[in-house]
Amino acid sequence: MSTPTSSSLGKDAWDRLLANKMAMASLILLLLISILCMLGPVLSSHSFDQQNLDEVFQAPSFAHPFGTDNLGRDLFARTTYGGRISLLVGLLATLVSLLIGVTYGMVSGYAGGRLDAWMMRFVDVLYSLPFIIFVILLMVLFGRNFLLLFLAIGAVEWLTMARITRAQTLSLKRAEFIEAARALGYSHSRILFRHLLPNLIGPIIIYATLTVPAVMLLEAALSFLGLGVQAPMSSWGSLIQEGAEKMDAAPWLLLFPGSFFCLTLFALNFIGDGLRDALDPKHSKN
Amino acid sequence: MGDLSIENLHVGFPSREGIVRAVDGINLSINSGEIVGLVGESGSGKSVTCNSILQLLPSPPARFGAGKIDWSGKNLLSQTEPSLQKIRGKEISMIFQDPMSSLNPYMTVLDQVAEPLVIHKICDWAEAKIKAKEILQKVGVTHVLKHPHSYPHEYSGGMRQRAMIAMALITKPNLLLADEPTTALDVTVQAKVLKILKELCLDLQVSVLFVSHDLGLVAELADRVVVMYRGKVVEENETQSIFRNPQHPYVKALIACRPTLESPKDYLPTVEDFMGETVEIQPSSSVHTLPKKNLDRSLPLLEAKKLVVQFHTDEGPLLAVDHVDLSIEYGKTLGLVGESGSGKTTLGRSILHLIKPTEGEIRFQGKIIGTDSFAKRNSLRKSMQIIFQDPYASLNPRLTIEQTLVEPMIVHQIGKSKNERLEKAIALLHEVGLGEEHLYRYPHEFSGGQRQRICVARALTTEPEFIVCDECVSAMDVSVQAQVLNLLKSLQRSRGLTYLFISHDLSVVKFMSDHIAVMQNGRVIENGPAEQIYNQPKESYTRKLIDAIPRANRSLNLTF
Amino acid sequence: MTKVIFSRFLQALPTLWVIATVTFFMTRFAPGGPFDSEKAIPEEIKIKLQSHFGLDRPLFDQYLLYLKNLLQGDLGPSFKYPEWNVSELIATAFPVSLTLGALSLTIALLLGIPVGMIAALKRNTWMDYLPMSLTMAGICLPTFVLGPFLIYGLSTQLGLFPPLGWYGPSDWFLPSLTLGLFYAAYIARLTRAGMLETLQQEYIKTAKAKGATPWRILTKHAARGGLLPVMTFLGPAFAGLISGSFVIESIFFIPGLGKFFVTAAFNRDYTMVLGTVLFYATLIIFLNLFVDLVQAWLDPKSRQSK
Repeated sequence: MSTPTSSSLGKDAWDRLLANKMAMASLILLLLISILCMLGPVLSSHSFDQQNLDEVFQAPSFAHPFGTDNLGRDLFARTTYGGRISLLVGLLATLVSLLIGVTYGMVSGYAGGRLDAWMMRFVDVLYSLPFIIFVILLMVLFGRNFLLLFLAIGAVEWLTMARITRAQTLSLKRAEFIEAARALGYSHSRILFRHLLPNLIGPIIIYATLTVPAVMLLEAALSFLGLGVQAPMSSWGSLIQEGAEKMDAAPWLLLFPGSFFCLTLFALNFIGDGLRDALDPKHSKN
Repeated sequence: MGDLSIENLHVGFPSREGIVRAVDGINLSINSGEIVGLVGESGSGKSVTCNSILQLLPSPPARFGAGKIDWSGKNLLSQTEPSLQKIRGKEISMIFQDPMSSLNPYMTVLDQVAEPLVIHKICDWAEAKIKAKEILQKVGVTHVLKHPHSYPHEYSGGMRQRAMIAMALITKPNLLLADEPTTALDVTVQAKVLKILKELCLDLQVSVLFVSHDLGLVAELADRVVVMYRGKVVEENETQSIFRNPQHPYVKALIACRPTLESPKDYLPTVEDFMGETVEIQPSSSVHTLPKKNLDRSLPLLEAKKLVVQFHTDEGPLLAVDHVDLSIEYGKTLGLVGESGSGKTTLGRSILHLIKPTEGEIRFQGKIIGTDSFAKRNSLRKSMQIIFQDPYASLNPRLTIEQTLVEPMIVHQIGKSKNERLEKAIALLHEVGLGEEHLYRYPHEFSGGQRQRICVARALTTEPEFIVCDECVSAMDVSVQAQVLNLLKSLQRSRGLTYLFISHDLSVVKFMSDHIAVMQNGRVIENGPAEQIYNQPKESYTRKLIDAIPRANRSLNLTF
Repeated sequence: MTKVIFSRFLQALPTLWVIATVTFFMTRFAPGGPFDSEKAIPEEIKIKLQSHFGLDRPLFDQYLLYLKNLLQGDLGPSFKYPEWNVSELIATAFPVSLTLGALSLTIALLLGIPVGMIAALKRNTWMDYLPMSLTMAGICLPTFVLGPFLIYGLSTQLGLFPPLGWYGPSDWFLPSLTLGLFYAAYIARLTRAGMLETLQQEYIKTAKAKGATPWRILTKHAARGGLLPVMTFLGPAFAGLISGSFVIESIFFIPGLGKFFVTAAFNRDYTMVLGTVLFYATLIIFLNLFVDLVQAWLDPKSRQSK
């Protein structure tokens, strides 16, 4: 081999990702939506909860780019504000699930044996129960609290992350370079953090990217059912619920939040798929 | 009827560097009733050639050039799928290397063997199953007669391969393509399967194209041998003639670089010696200036007494290592030979405490090890190292070579500064025949042989006295194997290393070892000086192992 | 085989017991829970609760009483509608949800599996890209967005189907379609992935070398292995259908168990909520057992005792 510059695996993956047009387009879309949501409420001349009973149910116009709702509130401001909440919940809950899930899965897989068996049995039990039931149960018992909401969601999503991390850990554990590390006398923590974890990052990033839409869906469903964020706060889920109710009178109320939501999910899924293809060429469509 | 003629075949694959010519214009013919051996190492194009005949290569990405493959007047390269389907399994059959993955795990063995008859409408299912039972009995898979609903995973590797042979020959084809069918099998099993294959093919008058990387193996069966190298045919002749009078330097090299039972003990000729290419930098003669420690050399360096390793499986406790005694003297090599399941790998790892022994005593330099603190065990790790079988999995893909080599020094506090460690890493690379420019590259940029050298360098960073070589050349081509074996031998000389050399390949073990221990089912059944084991084996199993070696691989002097 | 069933069943019992126990203790100690003595509870409910839960007895006795009631299928009186027993309510509402779920699953399987198989066979052609883009849209379009749109499109505008309620078979179509499409998308993707992975296996090459036609390879050789991921997904799918039913029943005003559950959650009808949770948990455990059996039937290797 006589390549003039060395190429790490990371660089190869990055090249593949850049070449994936769908993923790149999705990334740009996601950035646009995020920026809009961050700046929207600031740029808009209306506040998201400003009611104006003279202007109810107005179709999209120059003054109100997305129209108004039943209380005369500007939909553009509400949609972008709701976006902040939805994206925030998505990111934070994913982070929580990442931290719990990766640690759990790594420890379980590395430890092996009975500890692993018990830890996984716990996960299996939880996995087969519909999350939404537990979240609802928690909401009913402990009241509706924004912090609790995303903790609950994150605490429920960690299961998949744990499973995937564990599976990867198990297969890596058998790889001979890990055995070589043990033979060379490296400590467990060195092996875990210098050898195991860097090789796990790939799948973790992929699933984190795919967890965000799952979390957002869960939050939206809860808000739709009325059990999520409370008024006057709004997320895309609650906006969709309001929009669905008033569909006949004002379809734009469903259209805008619905589209933003779906496009965000779409983008995240494509980015996740793109990452998966980039990091493991065998999985790619070719 | 069954004459195959390959003319000017070109097969290419697109890659980042352009089109790679896997097969670069070859001619090959197989006449009725002939057994032709196709031999080559990895990258020679032999497998691609074999798979092209029945058009089993996915195309794209494979691209075919101008040539043709003539079978009974038809050009197989230009046939439509439906007409190819009529030929596959009926006129030309194929068997593959790995019977576990080549048999459908969701279908019973009986159904799979009977299926070709039904596909080609030779008879109905009921009759096909009867015929399948007959042929399975013929190849020795009698288990299926009492258990007609058994699945592939219930059988051993050898049995599965026999079932594959039955499946391929049930329709009495004219030609059988065999793509490395015995490579994944143990040596004694290999011999049996080969015998069955030869007998059945002669009986049914089936011509055979037998693809393998093992020249000696092919000589057991084939009437004619064709040797491929980098996509081209370099020589073709009758079996005896090829061995007695090889013409092409590559063929001469292939014959010479195998460690046979009679090879000189110091050095194996390599392909480079014959072809005049200097592909690799030669290992530098050691600039080793380690002060020799004052060691008591009257004791063996390593001793194991009544070593037991027991695993708990679903079927109950399993004795992987069953009360094994061994001892290795300073500077010597103990070869550990056995088939799969013999426990040799487990034994190697338990000596290093990578697997905890259940019972027994291990002494290193006279002192008992294994019962100490982590710290003490860790310092012992400096003296005992291991090289693994799979060079692709043995290196952390995310670390550069420099990081891989320097890390053990950091952990064991070797070298007082960053520069000192770097210098040492460079010196080690030179010692294994690599260069300074390789330091900042990643493992995936190297070939298998180069990676294994890096693993050797890594094992040497802590200046060990004892190294376990766990099948470390088993995954390699014979020419690369020769290089690595030569390297290990020269390192032993220059550094005074002691080896435990584990392999399933007797010839390799004999080349490397002073003493040999033969393992079967967890026990060492015979133990003695290498020469004695081969010339006067005491146990029948040892004799079976020796007899299973193809005659052409036993001796350089090939009159058979 | 029967050994496997039996052992899985035995494994399920401790899980159920754990859930029941956890639920018990959660409700007793949750702040603002139903047994908080400061809460003002109507007299009639208080009496019923007293007798049913034995609130004047020591905690451990209450627990035993609770378990005993459970085993008899008695989940207590509803908080909100004390004349009704939770078990009765569940008995009326569940069949509705069951029908919805069964129909949705059927739609999902009938649509998803063939689409996924075709996409796998005709990889990288339009017959792959188009369905796969649609399925991607499908999983990004939640039921609570799709549902209202379908109502608007097919019902309000085109007048094809009744939008709400659950009175007769014609009411079944829209809700089942909405829920079913979502899962059809997942199943199509899983089928495609599973088939592609299977089609790359060595034994498919062997089948080809035997002269098998592509149809035979697909149905006799690849199908079993390729559909395994879908079968594995059935477990989470059942869970998903249950949670999906909450939303669908809310949108379409269907008197199913999901709607009851959500309403109970709003009304803080604790006994109803807890009873339903327990019911669902039991249901899911048995559904998972069923899925395990299907898997064992499909995959001979997993039949060996675990």
